[in-house]
Amino acid sequence: MVKRDLIIVGAGPAGLSAAKVALEAGLTVTIIERAAILGGQLTKQTHKFFGSKEEYAKTRGIDIASILIDELKNYEKRLEILKEATVVGMYKDYVLTIYQGNEYFKYQAKAIIIATGASEKVLAFENNDLPGIYGAGAVQTLMNLYGIVPGNEVVMVGSGNIGLIVSYQLIQAGVKVKALLEAASNIGGYLVHAAKLVRLGVPIYTKTSVKKAFGDKQLEKIETVKLDENWQYIEGTEEIINCDALCISVGLTPLHQLLSMAEVDMIYISELGGLIPKKTPDYETSMPRVYACGDVTGIEEASSAMVEGKIAGLMAARDLGHRHKKFNELEKQFKDQLQNLRQGPSGVKIRLGLQKAGEEL
Amino acid sequence: MIKNTGIPSLEQIKSKFPDEVPVKPKAIIECYQEIPCNPCATSCPFDAITIGKDINQIPRIDFDKCTGCGSCVYSCPGLAIIIANVKNEEAVFRIPYEQLPLPEVGSIWHGVNRNGEVICKALIKSVLKNKNTDRTCIITVIVPKQFLYEFITIRCPE
Ligand SMILES: Cc1cc2nc3c(=O)[nH]c(=O)nc-3n(C[C@H](O)[C@H](O)[C@H](O)COP(=O)(O)OP(=O)(O)OC[C@H]3O[C@@H](n4cnc5c(N)ncnc54)[C@H](O)[C@@H]3O)c2cc1C
Ligand code: SF4
Ligand code: SF4
Repeated sequence: MVKRDLIIVGAGPAGLSAAKVALEAGLTVTIIERAAILGGQLTKQTHKFFGSKEEYAKTRGIDIASILIDELKNYEKRLEILKEATVVGMYKDYVLTIYQGNEYFKYQAKAIIIATGASEKVLAFENNDLPGIYGAGAVQTLMNLYGIVPGNEVVMVGSGNIGLIVSYQLIQAGVKVKALLEAASNIGGYLVHAAKLVRLGVPIYTKTSVKKAFGDKQLEKIETVKLDENWQYIEGTEEIINCDALCISVGLTPLHQLLSMAEVDMIYISELGGLIPKKTPDYETSMPRVYACGDVTGIEEASSAMVEGKIAGLMAARDLGHRHKKFNELEKQFKDQLQNLRQGPSGVKIRLGLQKAGEEL
Repeated sequence: MIKNTGIPSLEQIKSKFPDEVPVKPKAIIECYQEIPCNPCATSCPFDAITIGKDINQIPRIDFDKCTGCGSCVYSCPGLAIIIANVKNEEAVFRIPYEQLPLPEVGSIWHGVNRNGEVICKALIKSVLKNKNTDRTCIITVIVPKQFLYEFITIRCPE
């Protein structure tokens, strides 16, 4: 069996940031990523990012990915990267089973950082399996990584930032966005993103959802319906919208499976998107020297994922005997940064979720 | 209400303009919600925009310091900032634009309001795109003066 010091599963903003700090501290690092390119969700985010300078605000997500990857170049001698390699199992003896190029093999680590990110939630309605109905993240991948548009006339369901941003990017790709539906009474994402869409002529319908999809071999139209305060259908408010694609953007849920498999202590927190690992302020799970960071510990943003990754990398290095030269300074800096990002009204849900999970803020 | 439509009221819009009609170009920052974001403040070379230590604060602008240079326009990830002034009975705007096709200088496009409706003609004065603007275009447009508080973007007349 191959033995390694630190293995990081997932090369999104969290995993890449963890790698950088751990390498800086002197560790030898292995990154395992199931995709062919590094960067996780960033590889398809063509828009400029929010946040502050430290988290590369105003830089486009795709360019942030390149920056994070470039930062690792100084450490090539101590860095191993497996691409198109999926970790399919994780066990209590720190063994990971990996599937790459039709082969299975095992790595054993002294420490593991899980940075697997999240997957999209689905929505239940009649005929929701018709071709032409996609997750918004999948559409973003198709368009921005592979240059394929999902259809000519699209309806988006969900007004969180992903729904708003993917709608904007659909318009940039020349697709008509006919409407954006939101079940709640208010727009979920940032109002600046919503304003961008509205001025491009996209109507936003709140308290509205999709009830049914129609189509023979492929989506042809949908039926929308108004919702009351208890999110129940209001009969008689149904309307038909013709469209050949429907994008569902109703939230993400942490990709917790590896942690669950190793029987790490988990807790279900709806505010954070589902099942997440319990963790210490150092981002260590109930399994010693197994850390988790980024969306897998609760759905948040790329900015917080990067900072969490840095904390996990810093702590993993310390716990393997490579205390970073600037450990105290960095620990304080990272933890302050996180607190700052979460302290506003848009962080309410995150703070509530973390509190429920029994974490200090 | 902006919270469920994404459209600010005239009162909200006016609160972001200087009290008097701007004769010199000034940045109009239409950011109405506390979000963790501050590139507008950190990119202003004249320290005209303040957000402060808590990154969630709504940006505040000191119009006396603002020179209308336009750095904040392409630094804002929300495309929430435009530059506006009134000159010779015309309203002059510099707006961020990220759609194709790009307009040609001298052409007349549709002027659009915050609801997405066409409201006037818009004369394209210049189209700026360089390394700093990072693939966002800054377009200078002229519209009739009475649309100062209504105009927000342009649309291709097909
Ligand atoms: C669909 C989607 C769309 C988003 N859109 C936006 C947006 O428009 N703007 C914005 O600011 N934020 C957006 N986000 C949020 C932001 O991108 C994330 O918060 C951020 O990327 C989280 O970083 P991460 O490193 O935790 O996870 P990710 O970026 O998701 O990275 C996780 C990585 O782990 C890899 N991985 C997962 N499981 C395994 C495994 N078993 N073996 C090997 N590798 C594995 C994945 O391939 C991926 O590369 C989006 C998130 C998602 C899921
Ligand atoms: S236009 Fe220039 S001076 Fe005015 S606020 Fe923006 S960056 Fe600052
Ligand atoms: S950069 Fe734009 S979106 Fe961000 S705070 Fe400033 S005005 Fe608001």
